[in-house]
Amino acid sequence: MRKPFLVAALLVATPFFAACTENAKDSGGDSSDPRAVTVTSTDDSCDVSTTEVPAGTLKFNVTNEGSKVTEFYLLGADGLRIVAEVENVGPQLSRQLVVNAPAGTYTTACKPGMKGDGIRADFTVTKSGDQPAVSSDDQQLVDTALANYSAYVQDQSDQLVSKTREFIADYKAGNDDAARALYPEARTHWERIETVAESFGDLDPKTDAREADLEPGQKWTGWHRIEKDLWPQLAVDYTPLTPKQRAFYADDLMKNITTLDDRVQTLDYTVDQIANGSRGLLEEVAAGKVTGEEEYWSHTDLWDFQANVDGARVGFEGLKPIVEQKDPELAKTLTARFAALQKLLDAQKTATGFTFYDDLTQEQIKDLANAVNALSEPLSQLTAAVLS
Amino acid sequence: MVGGGIAAGLAAGAFVAGRATADEPATAAVEADTYAFRGEHQAGIVTPAQDRLHFAAFDVTTASRAQLIALLKAWTEAADRMTRGLPAGEIGPTEGSVNLPPDDTGEAIGLTAGGLTITFGFGPSLFRDADGKDRFGIADRQPKALRTLPHFPGDVLDPEKSYGDLCVQACADDPQVAVHAIRNLARIGFGTVAVRWSQLGFGRTSTTSTQQSTPRNLFGFKDGTANIKSQETADVEKHVWVAPGADAGAEWLAGGSYLVARRFNMNIEIWDRQTLGDQEDFVGRTKDTGAPLSGGTEFTEPDFSMPGSNGPVIAKDAHVRLVHPDFNNGVRMLRRGYNFVDGSNPIGGLDAGLFFIAYVTDPDTHFIPVQNAMAKSDAMMEYLKVTGSALFAVPPGVAAGEYVGQSLFTS
Repeated sequence: MRKPFLVAALLVATPFFAACTENAKDSGGDSSDPRAVTVTSTDDSCDVSTTEVPAGTLKFNVTNEGSKVTEFYLLGADGLRIVAEVENVGPQLSRQLVVNAPAGTYTTACKPGMKGDGIRADFTVTKSGDQPAVSSDDQQLVDTALANYSAYVQDQSDQLVSKTREFIADYKAGNDDAARALYPEARTHWERIETVAESFGDLDPKTDAREADLEPGQKWTGWHRIEKDLWPQLAVDYTPLTPKQRAFYADDLMKNITTLDDRVQTLDYTVDQIANGSRGLLEEVAAGKVTGEEEYWSHTDLWDFQANVDGARVGFEGLKPIVEQKDPELAKTLTARFAALQKLLDAQKTATGFTFYDDLTQEQIKDLANAVNALSEPLSQLTAAVLS
Repeated sequence: MVGGGIAAGLAAGAFVAGRATADEPATAAVEADTYAFRGEHQAGIVTPAQDRLHFAAFDVTTASRAQLIALLKAWTEAADRMTRGLPAGEIGPTEGSVNLPPDDTGEAIGLTAGGLTITFGFGPSLFRDADGKDRFGIADRQPKALRTLPHFPGDVLDPEKSYGDLCVQACADDPQVAVHAIRNLARIGFGTVAVRWSQLGFGRTSTTSTQQSTPRNLFGFKDGTANIKSQETADVEKHVWVAPGADAGAEWLAGGSYLVARRFNMNIEIWDRQTLGDQEDFVGRTKDTGAPLSGGTEFTEPDFSMPGSNGPVIAKDAHVRLVHPDFNNGVRMLRRGYNFVDGSNPIGGLDAGLFFIAYVTDPDTHFIPVQNAMAKSDAMMEYLKVTGSALFAVPPGVAAGEYVGQSLFTS
């Protein structure tokens, strides 16, 4: 998934009811489907093929015949509340907006050039047998999910600061055994909120870069620089860092973690960000942890693995009451697959944490990878489900 | 066609030889069955991209300059024959003594030339060994830009899939024809060279002719829409061939090119879980038609300044923006990459991706800066890992009576 999702998304709050947008294969729409609406946007007109449709899953096939990028909105009767929108429809391109709309009066709007109020018209959704189930509790569920997630991130960030402080104190003092024990514990709090941390494009490379990720001329700092110094066994011709160098890297890490902590205090989230974050954390597992690439020197990959899964599960569980309303089958599948993956991780727990990655058998790694795939695939449906 | 019998072999050879020696440039006919091996430039560069690839890198195992030259002569003869649809050796797969192994391995019996081209290149390590020592009396002719490529972010190189003293690119429309070519050349080389690594490609990912349609890579997107096409002769001269005088110490390379090979592993399973909108934003084009997100159809020029809903409609980190000539000092590459799937990895993911091949006039200006820009900022990098890398100088074409790379050893 796209890394800087929070930063970008903070600017534009995605509406809760908004919807899947798809590329409209056939901009002509399906004449046999009364819920298929063709929208043709030009620089000065917005032609909507019908003004009245039965309630249910509406498909707006939006084609841009103008010269500027256009947007299409389905707004509430007040003309303010965004029910659904599709953005970034380039000239001569088409996109499909799918929205589950209950009966009521609405406003449609094309916004060529993305300026002003757009070209508006009234739109009516009539009662039908396919009336979507709407709960008056929806907004309350959303508010609760958002508040809980925000609290979770702040709590993890807080623990990250204190554990990192302990870790660097031991590292600077040369208490290497203690530092080695604290390293995966401190990183657990980072990995639980990794997609949030990564959304700060300036902090992530300074904090979590691996040696192979470096750009020409980029100085290697952060967790993994210290990791190599604490576990130099695999390194070729390695020169240990001097106490002065240790202090530099340790203080630099602490400074960046503190900056991260300052920033997360003011972050707000949307449900789709939480869902995307949950998916993103499992992608982190699939890309770096299950392959043993993340903690190349220390082999503490399973700590990170567990922490990513923790963060993903917290995200999902916060949204679960919403998903249970909108797609109960998906909620059930995700619950079962999180549990199946956790069972495999539990089997690798030890008195001090987890089995080191290089002590896992190929079969155990394969089982973990299979469970990650089994979970990731339905998890990629989560965002669309909470927005439906 | 490698003849099943002497008569068939002769007949086919006569027909093919007739076409190959006709006075038409190799690129005039799109997707022909034979392309002339000899010419001003090596074939397999501006030749309309064939469907299949077998690419091999070799280590030279001899210290003898004479043996190396003898191999290049033998390879030239064999390549000349095979690209005409003839057997690798003069006798043939089934025509020789029952007491000898055949001088052609036989799997191409009954097949046509399949559009086969065979293209040779020289790696930096052919000129100097790891200690900088001149290996074959050619160190003073090493082209300035022919060095081991620098480390790029996202490189996790496997030395067993990287580097090499020599390379051979065999492209054909039939995979068996391409494999047959590499197999027979490797066999001829035993004792002088050893295969270091080789790579199969099953589907072209770019287009080198305006008459070819744009194929798709394993991300499911059209690839190579903006590639240099052979019909753009001025751009081919400017961006692909090494001009006379371009490198005074390596005049032998004039009329040649540089070949950059990069094995991009795609994280297929993770990519497939990205939403359609995100995939299109990463690429900067629609998945359906390949039109840029700024609108139009596939070949409409992208408008990078067109405002979109959250910043430019083609995002700042979109692939099409970062590698576009507008943001890279106007440089273009002639890409000739192939999709590959080498089975699966130990955790059940496809070992798949794009074997990137680009021909450029100078990697220092035409490849390294572009790769750095991409590695640094491209949203697509999240789903890519480079596991193999190599750079070769591709000598100019082979005239009648010459052997490939002759200018390096004589002029």
